[in-house]
Amino acid sequence: MSEYIIKNGHVFDPVQGIKGDKLDIAIKDGKIVDKVGSGAKVIDAKDKTVMAGAVEIHAHVAGPKVNLGRIYRPEDKLFSCTPTKGMERMGSGASIPTTFKTGYEYAKMGFGVAMEAAMPPLFSRHVHEEIRDTPIIDEGAFPVFGNNWFVLEYLKNQEIENTAAYIAWMLNVTKGYAVKVVNPGGTEAWGWGLNCLTVNDPVPYFDITPAEIVKGLMEANEYLGLPHSMHIHPNNLGNPGCYETTLDTMRLAEGIKANNKFGREQVLHLTHSQFHSYKGTNWGDFESGAKEITDYVNKNKNITIDTGNVTLDETTTMTADGPFEHHLTGLNHLKWANCDVELETAAGVVPYIYSPNISVCAIQWAIGLEIPLMMKDPMRCYITTDHPNAGPFTRYPRVYKWLMSEKARKQQIDSFKHKDKVLSQTGIGALDREISLYELAQMTRAGPAKSLGLASMVGGLKPGMDADVAIYNINPDKPVANPDDIEKAFSRCAAFIKSGVQVVSNGEIVSNGHKRTLWVNVKAKENPQVARDIAEKFVKYYSMTQNNYEALGHHFVPNPYAIEVDATN
Amino acid sequence: MTKTITDVICPFCGTLCDDVEVVVSDDGKKLLEVANACVIGTEKFLHSQSADRVTKPRLRQADGSWKDISYDEAADYTAKMLAGAKKPLMYGWSSTNCEAQSVGNEIAEIAKACCDNTAAVCHGTTLIAVQDIGLPTCTLGEVKNRADRVIFWGCNPAHAHPRHMSRYSIFPRGFFTGKGQMSRKLVVVDPRCTDTSKMADVHLQIEQGRDYELLNALRVALKGEWLPDSVAGIPAEKIREVADILKSGRFGIIFFGMGVTQSLSKNHNIDEAIALTKDLNEYTKYSIMPMRGHYNVTGSGEVFAWQFGFPYSVDLTRGFARYNPGDSSSIDLLTRGEVDAMFTIGSDPGAHFPISAVKGIAKVDSVCIDPHLTPTSGVSKLHVPVAFNGVECGGNCYRMDNVPIDCRKVVEPPEGMLTDEQFLVMVRDRLRKLKGAA
Amino acid sequence: METVTITMKNAPALYLEADTISTDAFAGKNAAQIAELPVFEGNNPSTLGKYFEISGNAGATSADTKIVVKGDVKKVKYLGFKMTAGEMVIEGSTDQYVGAWMNGGKILVKGDVAAFAATAMKGGELTIEGNAGNYLGAAYRGDWRGMSGGKILVKGNAGSDTGMYMLGGEIVINGDSEVHVMTHAEGGKVVIKGNAKSKLGGQMVEGTIIVFGSIDVMMPGYKPNGEVELEVDGTKARFAHFIGDMGERHKKKKGVVVYGNLYKKI
Repeated sequence: MSEYIIKNGHVFDPVQGIKGDKLDIAIKDGKIVDKVGSGAKVIDAKDKTVMAGAVEIHAHVAGPKVNLGRIYRPEDKLFSCTPTKGMERMGSGASIPTTFKTGYEYAKMGFGVAMEAAMPPLFSRHVHEEIRDTPIIDEGAFPVFGNNWFVLEYLKNQEIENTAAYIAWMLNVTKGYAVKVVNPGGTEAWGWGLNCLTVNDPVPYFDITPAEIVKGLMEANEYLGLPHSMHIHPNNLGNPGCYETTLDTMRLAEGIKANNKFGREQVLHLTHSQFHSYKGTNWGDFESGAKEITDYVNKNKNITIDTGNVTLDETTTMTADGPFEHHLTGLNHLKWANCDVELETAAGVVPYIYSPNISVCAIQWAIGLEIPLMMKDPMRCYITTDHPNAGPFTRYPRVYKWLMSEKARKQQIDSFKHKDKVLSQTGIGALDREISLYELAQMTRAGPAKSLGLASMVGGLKPGMDADVAIYNINPDKPVANPDDIEKAFSRCAAFIKSGVQVVSNGEIVSNGHKRTLWVNVKAKENPQVARDIAEKFVKYYSMTQNNYEALGHHFVPNPYAIEVDATN
Repeated sequence: MTKTITDVICPFCGTLCDDVEVVVSDDGKKLLEVANACVIGTEKFLHSQSADRVTKPRLRQADGSWKDISYDEAADYTAKMLAGAKKPLMYGWSSTNCEAQSVGNEIAEIAKACCDNTAAVCHGTTLIAVQDIGLPTCTLGEVKNRADRVIFWGCNPAHAHPRHMSRYSIFPRGFFTGKGQMSRKLVVVDPRCTDTSKMADVHLQIEQGRDYELLNALRVALKGEWLPDSVAGIPAEKIREVADILKSGRFGIIFFGMGVTQSLSKNHNIDEAIALTKDLNEYTKYSIMPMRGHYNVTGSGEVFAWQFGFPYSVDLTRGFARYNPGDSSSIDLLTRGEVDAMFTIGSDPGAHFPISAVKGIAKVDSVCIDPHLTPTSGVSKLHVPVAFNGVECGGNCYRMDNVPIDCRKVVEPPEGMLTDEQFLVMVRDRLRKLKGAA
Repeated sequence: METVTITMKNAPALYLEADTISTDAFAGKNAAQIAELPVFEGNNPSTLGKYFEISGNAGATSADTKIVVKGDVKKVKYLGFKMTAGEMVIEGSTDQYVGAWMNGGKILVKGDVAAFAATAMKGGELTIEGNAGNYLGAAYRGDWRGMSGGKILVKGNAGSDTGMYMLGGEIVINGDSEVHVMTHAEGGKVVIKGNAKSKLGGQMVEGTIIVFGSIDVMMPGYKPNGEVELEVDGTKARFAHFIGDMGERHKKKKGVVVYGNLYKKI
């Protein structure tokens, strides 16, 4: 592998506490090193910003519901398909890009890692086929557990050990990365057209509450010592007043401590918090609960969150929260897709237009920005758009602009049709904080990497870490004249080196790199009861045999990278 | 000694049964017995063993006779044909695995071709409807575990998907359906009496071509609105009775087939059926599912979608992807005389397309990749026989409910025979050279 | 207004995609520059001048430009694609996507047109002296935003799926119509002066269909609502009024449910 030296850039690396100092970054054999030989290729980063590759903690980029979105939205691609270009395959899709376009777009923005946020286990083979066809970026996928019949049955009796053994088996056969929970219990209730809107609503038939599921899964997660914590989309998403359910959910983490060897400190990751921070009783008196949510998270160190920023675009919502999507199609009357998955989960898809002329959308936009601006520790709050739910991930540079420039926020607020309502229902007008480049590196690199248990590998530029390095056309010594320059600079990086290979030069793809699939290989204690239960459920209730269930073989995961966890003690 | 291979996937229909057992000879070269599969599936496995099988590519000569050629020569011919064509059509893909489909897409991209799968003649109309109105659906295990109302509309699984009813839809005893068939009410809508309709609690013997009206009438009945005395030959009273049956279930499923996708109103029938399903979700829980035909037509749509963004009828001729059935769909392309080369794989348009379209195939340069002798291989200039996917090679496939299942190789192909994927890789590499592609 | 006349001289072996034959693409160009505009025959890129004889220069803007298309253009697609202003006269019949996504100006086709004419039209006028194919003034696949403005007149017959997902504007068919008219529409009006077949107004949320001739089979979702006298295109007559589609959702405006309207001449 070639050697590189990135010279004279302004380096922002929270892992080493470097705040814009002019430093050289040396790369050899895919890793950051202290120094390289004189033959190393020199990349001049003078007057530019150098950061580690960005880490996407939550996006819907591969798998059955994403592809259902592609299949059923030809209009998402009309007049916007891109041709074959050099080594780039054809691309298409504005809110739901094809796999090739997904990889290229992330790389062009300087992302090295992306996590697919909801993998239905029965469809893991599909998820991995799409991951395989997404070039450059390393990806992992979170299997969903919050409505899984095994989990419901074990946790009804507080069987943490059995739950843990089942999780270990599942991560192994699906090549999964973390424990994802979506609308715990509510999606199983959706099997009958019902829902669980609070943490105490009983799940029909299974005689368990969302609170018991969430607590049990957190305990099982820490019992195993997984790299990431339980990653949750709580009950009651998107409804006025839902912030109370969110607070109830987070309180379940009180007293639970992180147990892992990866340096992770949280036991609960609250995802797309914007959608869970709504006050009010209806869409008329709808208002922000960002203060209540961030006050709680600021005080409780065992929680991390991501934002779920609304980008004011036409997009496609998709979630394993089946009942929510049914609710949404009732509101906007746009086409509704749903797929209930036997014994495991469900998913729904509905197009959505976040119009700046609709007060609710503008308030959602404001809440998404209030949250990171109110969070005291940027290492515990990460920027996402819950792609494509609140907006496509390709809009990250615009979100950064809004966060880094009060002027840009003001311009946007002034352009809203219901400006006064946005200002009266949220606290956005009073926030003058501007996120610094260092804080941005915390929120998009070091922070999510640490939360995912990947802190020793990515998210920083310390020698020994993976050589994911992004260089942006931003000179931190000069004040930003026009906020749009921030957006432009982060949209197309000057150069991106992924695992020691330059994949982007001047915003263009120059190599397809060598992407990897990240998964967590748990060595767990033998558990004959769980093995028997699994065999029995396949014979009686699954529609396929256990021997065909595993994502096995080169064509599913051609380049695996296993994070090893030993849970035998 | 013989070997028994279990958990084998049947490469016949979209039911994609994965509990088949196959007995093979000790050396793995002969397939001796098949258990658990339906008669059609069993035949599919055994057919690979037939003695008169074509094992070498054959090129049509000027006098109409066939000449055996090598795979290298066949790949050369195919690559040259695709490289020289202004608008080649690459059709089929439904009886091969996703890995081959993926290589095929690379070829189509380099050749700037139109690519399409057999949805063009079955459930393409379903896809159009899904694009217009969505799709509340579920996996087949949900039906097995929960469904107490099962509707078969314009389909006859007893013949077309023989194990569907025993594995998923009518007979199995699931988690919430412990009484099996006794837990379920079956409604069949079909203008004919079939072996499926004979099992029904209610058979609506509908007037042909009036499915759209009857579906509409059921929606009206659900809302308790005015109805004319009879719709599609069914009295209003009966329609209201069936609406009540549907509404009173706890979990219902509508399965539909080519009786509605390819009869008058086509996509609109499905559109209205999906609308009915959506309406029923205001009262209880309902899903709807197409009875997909070929065992991997669903997979072809999935691969097209994640690579190009559209599930079928994809036009890459301008160098980027476009989609509009009626313009970019195979039958329209062929009957309108829009294409100048035809590449067929894993399907038999010669048997399934209207004669005007088949004439279109005969007029242009053509290659057919298929293990069988078919009407399509008969009208093509080059026939490339390959290994039987799902029997002589493995690879991923998607069931009618989009669940992916990896097919197994159970027996060796005849010596020297290539798989679809292997042959396509040869074509792709040659085409890259011809086109100077990266 | 300047006139550019283009005459087919070398007919394509396959079909020609000529989305550059529009007043907007021609505006500001002389004949030689127009001849260089790109067209495609399959995957083969070419220029307009290879297929057409071009005479005359365009005006400075599309509004100042008139295009006259002569010769056999039955195998040419996308004439007047995304046109915003000016005029186009097609002397004979042509293929798919005439005036597709058009936003203004006038197109006159003296012969027949194939499918997808005026797809998602926003404004302007399209007149077809012959027959129209399927999906006249319909939405693009998957889009719920169909024709929203403008006017289409077909002097002959129309195919199926006219005005699918229509939101506004008007389509008048002097002859007969095939099945499915204004499916899923949420506005707009279609007038059929000849006979209609069946499946009119299926899943229509809002909008108006007026039929002068016969209807083979009514949609069951249309409920008789008395008789009215209407003046349509200068003709006064009595019509039977139906409201629907009763199976579909409907909006409330000022507390009153708004249905789709179907009028059939008595």
